[in-house]
Amino acid sequence: MKKALLYSILIIAAILCLIPFVWMISASLMANGHANVYPPRFLPDKITFIQYEHLFSRLNIVRYFFNSVVVSVGVTVISLLVNSMAGYAFAKYRFAGEKNLFKLLLSFMIIPAQVTMLPLFLMLKYMGLINSYFAIIIPGMTTVFGIFLIRQYLLAIPDSLIEAAKIDGASDFRIYFSLVLPLAKPILITLAIFTFMATWNDFLWPLIVMTNDSMYTLPVALANLIGEHNQDTELMMAGSVVTIIPVVLVFLSLQKYYIKGIMLGGVKG
Amino acid sequence: MDKRNKISAAYLFLSPALLAIFIFFLIPVLAALLMSFTDFDIYSLGNLGYARFIGLQNYIEIFKDPLFWQSLKNTLYFVVAGGPLSIAVSLTAALLLSSKLVKYKGFFRLVYFMPVVTTLVAVSILWKFIYNPRFGILNYLLGFIGVHPIDWLGNPQWALPAIILMAVWKNFGYNMIIFIAGLQNIPEDLYEAANLEGASEWNKFKNITLPMLAPTTLFVCIITMIGYFQLFAEPYVMTQGGPLNSTLSIVLYMYREGFMWWNMGYSAALAFILFIIILIVSLIQLRVQRETNL
Repeated sequence: MKKALLYSILIIAAILCLIPFVWMISASLMANGHANVYPPRFLPDKITFIQYEHLFSRLNIVRYFFNSVVVSVGVTVISLLVNSMAGYAFAKYRFAGEKNLFKLLLSFMIIPAQVTMLPLFLMLKYMGLINSYFAIIIPGMTTVFGIFLIRQYLLAIPDSLIEAAKIDGASDFRIYFSLVLPLAKPILITLAIFTFMATWNDFLWPLIVMTNDSMYTLPVALANLIGEHNQDTELMMAGSVVTIIPVVLVFLSLQKYYIKGIMLGGVKG
Repeated sequence: MDKRNKISAAYLFLSPALLAIFIFFLIPVLAALLMSFTDFDIYSLGNLGYARFIGLQNYIEIFKDPLFWQSLKNTLYFVVAGGPLSIAVSLTAALLLSSKLVKYKGFFRLVYFMPVVTTLVAVSILWKFIYNPRFGILNYLLGFIGVHPIDWLGNPQWALPAIILMAVWKNFGYNMIIFIAGLQNIPEDLYEAANLEGASEWNKFKNITLPMLAPTTLFVCIITMIGYFQLFAEPYVMTQGGPLNSTLSIVLYMYREGFMWWNMGYSAALAFILFIIILIVSLIQLRVQRETNL
């Protein structure tokens, strides 16, 4: 009895979570106007890919997709390198002021990103980097959260491994590249997914620095598109499907790492 | 000799991150503070020399600005109603999924987590259509239980609650995962001891689960609140801050002043006010936590 109640709540909640997505995909496969009828249709009469054709042939979505891929991969690769070096230094080196420096960095997490946006925009503007991929990649090249996550992970790795390599005469950089990075692989994957998804889904900053149509990322392009295609439900749903597919695929294939990362950040934070 | 090498290696490893944080975070924060004391506007954008120091003028004007109070009110509404609601849903889902009676936990967790990973702008557009007063599936489904069509996003009374509902749907999976991790850390023997004394489910929840979960809950409260204070994409996409400014958030107002009208001094002051509010509320939460623990 109790079990049946439990399952029905869980199943209803699951349906509520999924219905919007099912309708999104379904509407994206309908002909023009077919999602704007009463009563609403949950499935298309006849499946058509005309909305996707429209997106690809006339609305430049390939370009937006490409932009999103470049900035998301760019930020992920660079920030992984920068954050892992810093996280390694905090975890395995002792130097003056180390603890205080780390605490100071952690305290920065309370400052909302919006505070930095105006001067950062001006800085990039004077450097001529507005409407370039660098406008997103440069400010994203490190995060305190990333440094924190890697430090926590590396703290658990025994110092003796590193000492042994040192006795064998390996240089600091060699140890970092061929010993620490492979050991840190799980947390690097976790952080890579976090960073990739956050950059892919980010909206406010790309909206500010990508003002030229050809440089829009997918979210910016979508938000812009809805202005002109307010009534074109089917087209907008197709655009939304294209936008979320990559993050959903990344998540589904690597979800264990992602969920572990949230737990790590949550329990120890 | 060896020790010095070791230290210089540490600084080498740290320098890219520290430099980036210094140049692209710390300097902008300080510059924003300075900027908030100037009349930096579209003319200063072309020539920095046109910006003048005007002391606290921006802050004084903000406190006299009805749109600021409106955006503050809306944002607080979103934080105070949406935050606890989404945390409550997260905790409930975590408790249900931690029950020993449930199988396929991984599946349910995955499904509940789906909305979290999807792009906020895409989801906002999706919900804009779901909320459509004539063709939307929400009004259609509510029709079955006798609810008359509601103009969700077109009615100043409903627009913000509609955004809150969507935010809860989108976000609860994230905190759910953190709660599940917190629940796993509670030692099993506490419950076993309570069982021996014949404690009810509710008593176990109140006297074991909640107190043991307090650090997790505090963490969840703080990150949720910080996130909810930064409400932007939902109103930008779904309502443009309307109707009648009923969904204008602080960040949306800041964005408009700063990046649409280029009143960057004013906008910087708005950003600092947001920061100070977030700081104060976080400190209050930490304080409350410390006092209730004693």
